[in-house]
Amino acid sequence: MAAYNQSRSNIIRLAVIISFSVIVLQLVYLQLVDRRYKQLAMDNAVYAKVIYPERGIIYDRKGRAILNNTIIYDLMVTPAEVKGIDTLDFCRLMNIDTADFKKRIVEAIVKNTRVRPSVFKPMLSQELQARFEENSWKFPGFNLVERPLRIYPFNAAAHILGYVREADKRDIERSQNFYRQGDYIGKTGLEAFYESVLMGQRGVQYMIKDNKNRIVGPYEKGEYDTAAIAGRSLYTHIDIELQQLAEKLMSNKVGGLVAIDPRTGGILSMVSGPNYNPNDLSGSEGSKNFSRMQLDVSGPMLNRAIAGKYEPGSTYKPLGALIALNEKVISPAYGYPCGGRYTLCGHGKPECTHAGGGHAANVRLAIANSCNAYFAHIYRLTVDNPKYSNVYDGYLHWKQYMNAFGLGVRLGVDLPSESAGGIADTSIYNRENAGRWTSCTNLTLGIGQDKMQTTPLQMANAMCIIANKGYYYTPHFVERLENEQEQDTAYLNRYKIRHDVLTYIPAAAFNDVIEGMSDVVKVGTARGAQIEGIEVCAKTGTAENYTVLDGRRIKLPDNSMFVCFAPKENPKIAIAVFVQNAGFGATWAAPIARMMMEKYLNDSLSTRSKADSARIEAANLMPAYFKRLQYREDSIRAFKWFQTTRDSAYIERYTEIKPVASDNSLVVAQVRNSSTGAKRSRPRIPAKPAAADSRPVFAAIIPERSLLFKKGSIQ
Amino acid sequence: MRNHSSTISKGIDWSLIWIYLALVVIGMSAIFAATYQEGDPFLQTFLAFKTDYSKQFYFFLIAVVVGFFILLTDSKFYPASANFWYVVGLLFLLLVFPFHSRIKGTESIIRIGAFNFQPAEFCKLFVALALAKYLSRPETNFNLPRAQLLAAFIVLLPALMAILQSETGLALVYFAFFMVMYREGLPAVIPAIAFSLALLIIASILIPPNVLAILLTVVAVLLIWSSRRQSRRRRQLFTSIILVWAIAVGIQRFAVPLIFEKVLQRHQVERIYNLFGKDNPYDPMQNVLSESEAKKKKESGSSYNVRQSKIAIGSGGFFGKGLLSATQTRYDFVPEQRTDFIFCTVGEGFGFAGSMLLLGLYLTLLLKMITIAERQRSVFSRVYAYGVFSVFFFHVIVNVAMTIGLAPVIGIPLPFISYGGTSLLTFTMLLFVLIRLDADRQMVLR
Repeated sequence: MAAYNQSRSNIIRLAVIISFSVIVLQLVYLQLVDRRYKQLAMDNAVYAKVIYPERGIIYDRKGRAILNNTIIYDLMVTPAEVKGIDTLDFCRLMNIDTADFKKRIVEAIVKNTRVRPSVFKPMLSQELQARFEENSWKFPGFNLVERPLRIYPFNAAAHILGYVREADKRDIERSQNFYRQGDYIGKTGLEAFYESVLMGQRGVQYMIKDNKNRIVGPYEKGEYDTAAIAGRSLYTHIDIELQQLAEKLMSNKVGGLVAIDPRTGGILSMVSGPNYNPNDLSGSEGSKNFSRMQLDVSGPMLNRAIAGKYEPGSTYKPLGALIALNEKVISPAYGYPCGGRYTLCGHGKPECTHAGGGHAANVRLAIANSCNAYFAHIYRLTVDNPKYSNVYDGYLHWKQYMNAFGLGVRLGVDLPSESAGGIADTSIYNRENAGRWTSCTNLTLGIGQDKMQTTPLQMANAMCIIANKGYYYTPHFVERLENEQEQDTAYLNRYKIRHDVLTYIPAAAFNDVIEGMSDVVKVGTARGAQIEGIEVCAKTGTAENYTVLDGRRIKLPDNSMFVCFAPKENPKIAIAVFVQNAGFGATWAAPIARMMMEKYLNDSLSTRSKADSARIEAANLMPAYFKRLQYREDSIRAFKWFQTTRDSAYIERYTEIKPVASDNSLVVAQVRNSSTGAKRSRPRIPAKPAAADSRPVFAAIIPERSLLFKKGSIQ
Repeated sequence: MRNHSSTISKGIDWSLIWIYLALVVIGMSAIFAATYQEGDPFLQTFLAFKTDYSKQFYFFLIAVVVGFFILLTDSKFYPASANFWYVVGLLFLLLVFPFHSRIKGTESIIRIGAFNFQPAEFCKLFVALALAKYLSRPETNFNLPRAQLLAAFIVLLPALMAILQSETGLALVYFAFFMVMYREGLPAVIPAIAFSLALLIIASILIPPNVLAILLTVVAVLLIWSSRRQSRRRRQLFTSIILVWAIAVGIQRFAVPLIFEKVLQRHQVERIYNLFGKDNPYDPMQNVLSESEAKKKKESGSSYNVRQSKIAIGSGGFFGKGLLSATQTRYDFVPEQRTDFIFCTVGEGFGFAGSMLLLGLYLTLLLKMITIAERQRSVFSRVYAYGVFSVFFFHVIVNVAMTIGLAPVIGIPLPFISYGGTSLLTFTMLLFVLIRLDADRQMVLR
């Protein structure tokens, strides 16, 4: 062989060494220089599984769980494992048809591939779950996975307890990404207010997953895992039986009811009408019910007991009397010769239900007979008090009293979205009256009207102040937390402070007013609220109210109101009941409050009350105009839907005239004449000049069917 | 063995055997790591021949027995029977066509009972022997083109059959034998041409065809311009420059697209393009797919393998995660990781240190082989030794390079490490025949 071949062996050696060097350099880069791969490998293979703790339980004052946890089952499917099952049998079992079955399987595959389990049917009803469990051996690939669910064993206290839902984008942002997609978070009520107590602490379990994202087992034998810590329970002042009774009485009514124990400020019961069953928002139908309720114009999700703003009307009068007595503008014996109306402001208003007979001969009588003229007058005396330089100054002093009574300010109840109500500032009167006004301008403040807005909670709290003769504890639900910790003091300490806001008012003044309120029940306007053996102090109220419907101001039936506390000595319960558009305070609100007191103080209802409660429960006092409002909202929504999607499915039933089923001719009559107002408020809807009059109601809102179809391109 | 028979062990290079054993042990532990499931009854499955690592262990026992017998043979047996074995190998390759199995799109495997048998793998040994036989014949003058062509034919005939069985990877291995021929006097211009051709093909992948054509033309014009003074051989030079230019442009404009479009399969073209981080422009679906679909396809295609493999190796760090804590390789993120991508398991489990150890063993083995080849007195042994070296070299470099993204994905095993009975047996036989021949290096074989 030629000699040069020898040297070629060295060339080959060189080639070997160069090739290996290239590989080593790449390995240096991959394994030593570039750090990305470590993270990529972690992302690939380690899955941080969040372990959700059990949420805390909420108990009532007798230790009954009124909000509890339960387990509900999701039916899961792993499509790759579904083999040889009797589809027809399965569909019959699950109440679905085969087309639906196929659709769900395909959805599952698209979402999570064949090999990973996906939800086939979420939140099975108990019946379905039982049926499936019996037959599960027949259906490989299907299995049940538990998920925790909040239940309300007494079907009550929806507005107090609130509900949990999956955290939305805003919640996540607000919590600085503490919450994650899929986490449940308390949205309203105690669930929201005590979220950090109830939720507990999430745990993390690191799991190894394989290339198909299937969980294989724990990572590093769970060395890095943290255990979940269960949420802590709340012990509340709520009396669930009382709550149930209150909800029964308030059913089919709009308004609010609050019952407070004046000795502690603990809220015994709080109802907002219309009400709903809290279990409706939990469980399998939850989302459906949620959207239905959100679209309901009567606002079943709104807690009117803390957010409903009402003129207190005559229920304000005991407060007015106390202020006047303390300001010494009147003495307890002060009387006013009421002749059926108040004449000193020149317009003869307000009118009074009584005339003469000395029905306002002193404070006590005036309260008992609820004399409008008397209280309008003592309001004027209060703000025009010569002690103060002018009416503005006097008004501000009066307002200070109001705020001391908790009106016009937020009380700080342990629920979110409490309203402050409203006591107008002088600036508002200045603006409205060009800076010149007198005590006659806002004269009706003296009878709880004009710019005075209160919530039922505030009025109940005001009753506590009177019952306690000057002090109150901030109304609250939660008495204590399960294993209280240092940081919990932020929650509960403020409910242990006695607010001596008005204790400087002499006890004698309180006694006079309380006697008057006692007379209200004994001989005055609320004799229906008498309870055998218990001395009740109360005040009725009736307030006019109006609403704007289709651009017209219409008068609605009066709001019926009642505030009270009992017993007179050592009061144990203070109640405020507001029923919208029901009529006189004594007719509806008073018996409701009476039964509440009976139930709470005697632990049972008298025979008379049982009959009453049946009558009241059956009464439907929902305002008739809601129907019209609902129709309008729904049709507008359907029209918007049509505008954006060109889908006529929803709008079609509004294009034919269907009269509103009505039991209130007044409202409907108003509605029929109100097309002009509605048109103004909806400028985007094509105007139809000729047809507007011939089509009385709906033409203004919904364009005619033919017009829709000409404009749109529906086939 | 040393005590067993002193006559057999005479002249045996023990260093090769130690390297061999070290590699097999590393291989089996890597296969164990890649396939062991938490809670497997270790002993039971091991004895029952059920798991891959136990299978590999039994293959190893068989290989050791075969190796032992090879050491017992007479060196003269190999040159004497080389041609016979070559014919047997070709027959087996032909047998594949009627009897092949259809598993996993691999049409090169014959099933005999529980065993899969891949003749294309075995044939390397026979080709090495046959080539050694042919080149060591006294009447062969390898300086003649005729002899070179015949040698190329001996090597490429099995390669052609492998291609027909869709085993492009195995077929490419046979091209490694050109290194042997280079050592034995193949004109240096041939590797040079092959190298330029490879450069040209890579250039035509990376550079748009028209730009590349213009570049080539510019280079040709510059060459002609710079050599205009050499008036004597001017015409000849001009013709050759223009000829080379024409061939180059012809290849990049017409031959490469033709091969990518018509000859190679789509996934192969894709692997080549993926290596350079590009999408396959010859894929008819390329324009149809939306962006997200294309991305999805990319993630699941061959680039997925390489990406996962790089993640696995890269996440190993310096000392590795430990064999059973290697998440990437243990939970099937890297496909084919007990066979072709076994290097990932080593890279992730043992890290940079482990990889260096393994590569160091291979480097020692390969350099040792060259040394052994060069110390042979007989041409047969030398050519055979270079043949074994070439096969190992190609397998190691291409396999490791593909797992770290330096070579296109070609399905060839890593010698002694990858799972697979045929491959373990083939490499063992290749090595032990070399050891046997080397033991008799004083003898001149014909």
